[in-house]
Amino acid sequence: MIRVQEQDFDIGLEVGKLTDGNTRIGGVCFFVGLVRDFAGDQDVSNLTLEHYPGMTEKQLQDVEAEAQDRWPLEASLIIHRFGKLAAGDNIVMVAAASEHRAAAFEACQFLMDWLKTKAPFWKKESSPDGAQWVAAKADDEAQAERWNTPKKGS
Amino acid sequence: MKILYFAWLKEKTGLSSEDCPLPDGVTDVAGLIDWLIQRGAGFDDAFKDQNLVRVAVNQEHVGVDCPLSDGDEVAFFPPVTGG
Repeated sequence: MIRVQEQDFDIGLEVGKLTDGNTRIGGVCFFVGLVRDFAGDQDVSNLTLEHYPGMTEKQLQDVEAEAQDRWPLEASLIIHRFGKLAAGDNIVMVAAASEHRAAAFEACQFLMDWLKTKAPFWKKESSPDGAQWVAAKADDEAQAERWNTPKKGS
Repeated sequence: MKILYFAWLKEKTGLSSEDCPLPDGVTDVAGLIDWLIQRGAGFDDAFKDQNLVRVAVNQEHVGVDCPLSDGDEVAFFPPVTGG
């Protein structure tokens, strides 16, 4: 399941809903991304996340489908927020549930790595010197690229 | 066709979206960028460093060699920074 929303989410509730009623699940791995209060040597008070409605959902669905295709998952979840967020706020949550832990761990990392380079979101950080658009990191590209050699967990 | 601009491309062009017919002689994204640049300073500035511009056609990531037709939705934006 994927969700793109302005409002916050409850991590415990989301993990509970993901596994509820499926006793084949032996493990769930999740990752939550938060707003940092600094960028380099700058203080960051808040950030605004812009996105491309329609394409965002489409890309997230494709990323989730690819994870489902590569690993034997019982359930998966991607939630991404947009709008104005303050330091400490949740930005994103991905989760993968499977019979065994290896697939859950790997799929969870894959979901984040691919989302970071494919989902059309843009962060604008506010600091005492004004607001500026965050530049993409070359490292994110490298992290996503390593999954291009298909690799199956079990 | 529909053209969308996001993040600093929206700020520099002063537009979030526009509807316009596929310009005469334009067959691909690279041609559309050349056409847009001629429209004025904001567009020239937005597309000045094309290494920083990414493109989607009909909501899929594409390269500038992607062919275009009149009903397409084309979006220009910086490299994505979600997550």
